[in-house]
Amino acid sequence: MPRDERPRLSRRAWITTTSGVIAAGLVKTQSDAIKLVAQEAPSDPTKVPGRLVSELGTRAPAEQPKRLVRAQALSSSSRTPLADLMGTITPADLHFERHHAGIPDIQFEDHELLIHGMVERPMVFRMPDLMRYPQVSRIRFLECSGNGGGVYNRERMPTEVTVQALDGLLSTSEWTGVAVSTLLREVGVRPGASWILAEGGDSAVMSRSVPLDKVMEDSILAYGQNGERIRPEQGYPLRLFNPGYEGNTSVKWLRRIEVTDQPTHTRDETSKYTDPLGDGTVRQFSLVMDAKSVITFPSYPYVLPDPGWWEIRGLAWSGRGRITRVEVSTDGGRSWVDAALQGPILDKSTVRFRHLFDWNGRDTVILSRATDETGYVQPTVEQLWEARGTRTSYHQNHQRAWRIARTGEVTFGLGELV
Amino acid sequence: MRALAAGLCATIALLGACTEGDRTAAGAAAAPGEVAMAGTPEGIPSHAPARFGFGSEASDARVAMWDIDVRPDGEGLPAGSGSVAQGRDVYNVHCVACHGPTGTEGPNDRLVDSEQWDDVPGTRTVGNYWPYATTLYDYIRKAMPQLTPGILSHDQVYAVIAYILWMNEIVPEDAVMDAETLPAVVMPARDKFVVDDRVGGAGIVR
Repeated sequence: MPRDERPRLSRRAWITTTSGVIAAGLVKTQSDAIKLVAQEAPSDPTKVPGRLVSELGTRAPAEQPKRLVRAQALSSSSRTPLADLMGTITPADLHFERHHAGIPDIQFEDHELLIHGMVERPMVFRMPDLMRYPQVSRIRFLECSGNGGGVYNRERMPTEVTVQALDGLLSTSEWTGVAVSTLLREVGVRPGASWILAEGGDSAVMSRSVPLDKVMEDSILAYGQNGERIRPEQGYPLRLFNPGYEGNTSVKWLRRIEVTDQPTHTRDETSKYTDPLGDGTVRQFSLVMDAKSVITFPSYPYVLPDPGWWEIRGLAWSGRGRITRVEVSTDGGRSWVDAALQGPILDKSTVRFRHLFDWNGRDTVILSRATDETGYVQPTVEQLWEARGTRTSYHQNHQRAWRIARTGEVTFGLGELV
Repeated sequence: MRALAAGLCATIALLGACTEGDRTAAGAAAAPGEVAMAGTPEGIPSHAPARFGFGSEASDARVAMWDIDVRPDGEGLPAGSGSVAQGRDVYNVHCVACHGPTGTEGPNDRLVDSEQWDDVPGTRTVGNYWPYATTLYDYIRKAMPQLTPGILSHDQVYAVIAYILWMNEIVPEDAVMDAETLPAVVMPARDKFVVDDRVGGAGIVR
C-alpha cells in the first residue's frame, strides 16, 4: 500500500489492528514498529520521543498571535492582539508600535544621552553609565492617545471590528531603568526650571515637552522590558517612559534631555496630539490617559456556540492611578454589576477584570466601565461628545459595547446604543 | 540579632522589596501588592552619595552639536535667511513629491489652508492650525525631507518656511525669514490653544 493512501489510525484503532498488521507480515522489526507508530498515531505524545532543549524558545505552532499592521510606511503603527492575550503583561514581541520615521539601528556601545539646559553640570551618559545607576522596575501600561479613535464618529460606528483594531495601541510591560529624578539629581536642576524637552535619535528626531514635576515624580529612562533589553521597535537601547501619559511622550531612542522653563511647542504637541473641542479652542498638553476599560472576551469575531455560563473578560487602566472598580452590564447599560478584579492592582497599570455571565441565548449588548482612585468614572460616548465635541482625534476613552446576537455572533455594539 | 534581621528581611522580601544595605523604612506610600523602594521616593538609598560621578561632563561644543530645537521665542534659531522666491525652488525639489504642487494634494500631510474656522477646524494645516511659526523650523530641520532629513541648509529651511507661510497667506510675497522675523510671525490659530484642564474625580468629564 503506498504511504499516502494508508488510512490514518487513532492509537486505539492502531492497538486493535496491530495483531492483524503483524499477522500480515507488515511489521518485522522494532524499528518498523516505531515508524508505524510515528506515522499512524502521531497524536499520542506518550508514544514518541519529544524534542530536545534549545537556546531560544518558540510558540506552539498553532499559537501565532500577530500584531495588526496599519500600513507599511515610515510613519505607521501596529496593534497588540488584545483578544489573544491573558493576564496583563504583553509579550515584548507583541507590544504595539508607533513610529514616526521607522525604527533606527542604534548600537548599544555607540548610544549617548545628553542632559543639558537649566542644569548645573551638562553631562553625557553612555549606556554602561546609565546601567550603573540605582535601578527601578515598574509594571505600567503604555497607550497611544489615538487609541480607539475608530469608534468616536456617530455616523461611522463600525460593527465588524476586533478589539485589536479598536484598542490595540495599548500594552503593558515591566519597564526597568533609572529614575529620571536620579539623573536630574546628578546634573543638578537649576531654580526656575519647569519643563524638559525629550528628543529621540530616530530620523524624525521625535521630540516632546514634558512637565518637570512629572518626570521627577515617576518617569524612568528605560532600558529593560519584561526582563530583557528593550527591543529596537520600543526604543533600543533607551527610551523615556512617562507612566500614565499618552504614549507619544515616552520618547524612544532617547538621545537628549534639555531642562527648560517652558515647553518647546514641537510639531507633535501642536499640530498633532492636540484636541479641537468644538467651541473654537484646541486643548494642548492633554497628557494624562483617563480611566478606560475594554472587554476582550467575548468580542468580534468570536461566536458563542451555545447559551450558558461564559466569563466576560477584559482590561481596565487609568493614567491617574489605580483602578478601584470595574462594572459590567449585560443588558445594554440598564443595570451594572461589579466585575472581579485580579490583583495585584498596580498604579497606572492594566488590571484584568472578569464577570461570570449566564447567557440566556437572547440578543443583548454587554459593556464595561472603569472607575479609578480619583473617583473618575469612564464616561459614555455621549458624555464625551458633550464635553469635547465630536471632532477630537485623541483620548477617546468612552465605554465600549459588544452585541451578542441569538446566533452567538459578537459584533461591536456601540452603534446600537447611540 | 542577625537571624532576626534575616527573618525580617525574608518577610519583607515576600512583599517584594528588601535589598542588602537597606537601612531606612520604605519611602513613598504603597498600595497592597506594590511596595515602594526603600529610601527616597525615587529609589535612591539614603546612604547614596550626593553625586555618583558616572558619565562625563558635556562641553559647550558637545551641547551645541545636538541642541537644535527652536522655541516660540526664537531661541535656537541659527543665523541665515531665505525668501519666498528661494523657498519655491527648495519646495519644488525637496517637498513637492509628498505634499503636492500647492501643499494641498498630498499624499502626505496637507500644509496649506488659509481658510480659518470658528468652532471646529476642517483641516489642520500650517495656515489654520499650527500655533507657532518657529515649530516649522524645529520640525523641518529635524525631520524633513522625510527620506533625506537634515539635507537642507539653514538658508534653505528659512526659505521653504517663507514659501509655506506665503502659500498660507500669512506673510507677503517679499517676506524674508530669519532669526528675527520668524518668531515675530503671528499664526492665525495661536490664541485658540488652551492648556489641558482635565482633572480626575467623580462626576467630572472634560
